[in-house]
Amino acid sequence: MKLIRPIRIAQSKPLPFRGGVGVGPVSEHRARRTGPTPSPKGEGLIRFILIALCLVATPLSAQNTAQRDMANVQLADPRQEDEATTLMETLRCIQCQGQSIADSDAPIAAAMRSEVRQRISGGESPEQIRRLMVQRYGDWVSFQPGADVAGMFLWLLPLLILVGGIWFARGLFTRKAK
Amino acid sequence: MDRRWLLWVPLVVFAFIAGWFIYGLAVPQDKLIRSAMVGQKLPGFALPPATTGAVGFAASELADGKPRLLNIFASWCIPCRAEAPQLEMLKAAGVEIDGVAVRDRPEDVAAFLTEYGNPYRRIGADQTMRVQLMLGSSGVPETYVIGGDGTILYQHIGDIRDEHVPVLLQKLQEAG
Repeated sequence: MKLIRPIRIAQSKPLPFRGGVGVGPVSEHRARRTGPTPSPKGEGLIRFILIALCLVATPLSAQNTAQRDMANVQLADPRQEDEATTLMETLRCIQCQGQSIADSDAPIAAAMRSEVRQRISGGESPEQIRRLMVQRYGDWVSFQPGADVAGMFLWLLPLLILVGGIWFARGLFTRKAK
Repeated sequence: MDRRWLLWVPLVVFAFIAGWFIYGLAVPQDKLIRSAMVGQKLPGFALPPATTGAVGFAASELADGKPRLLNIFASWCIPCRAEAPQLEMLKAAGVEIDGVAVRDRPEDVAAFLTEYGNPYRRIGADQTMRVQLMLGSSGVPETYVIGGDGTILYQHIGDIRDEHVPVLLQKLQEAG
């Protein structure tokens, strides 16, 4: 069976929008408000039909809402939310590989955001969570170079280049001094 | 002292970096993110059944002394359909395969199994992708070789094709 070459399905069902709390029901509500005002009698009926429609629509959207709860809703404590957001901006999305999980709409990024918020609200420190993600996916998952050998080399490289440059150019200065 | 050779240093450095760039452009990149969990014990999780008639399982139940495969799939994933015959081959070879249905609905899982066959012993549902993250998995399908003691021994990323079947069988044999 070699008919299908491996287009590996990245789990991309882009969500319609990120960061919003409102899903279906809210937009339907808005659509009703902006329309021409129906007679009071008719409004009751329309409201009934809309609510009935929303009830039918829920199972369709439930698949995503479960994980979007924590993924797209801020934590109640602003300090914790701040910690979570800062961390999310420095964790890399596994699917949209150049983006942080804070920027990505990919379902796996949503799952990661959700886990970050859950753990932060559970009292874990951002660095603990970062270590956990690195333990699962390797250094790749973090946008922040660590303090290991490779990380220190990256941090110190500009300094090394500067020192090297001064050493390289020192002849120029001595000649001037004469 | 003659230091004119130093003038060549920037050129050498440039040539090195340029060569590196050309190498990076010419050699196709491997963009797969491999799990860093290979070699470690399975993290603790418990999954409910993915559909009616299926049996859910906990991570601890995978460490029953016999090496097995843990296959991550979804009914909405096209390559998962492509690997169905290969999973059947592995099952026919006596391999126990447990499945994790990611972000799926019970009725869709049932339809998928009816259409493409059911090679699984147990199928757990990972609605929130929590377990997928725990395993360091980056997508579907993925297949893990789990040792008899519950250690993750090998990760296969993407659909299993004919040439991968012997590899997986060998890894299972090495596991015990």
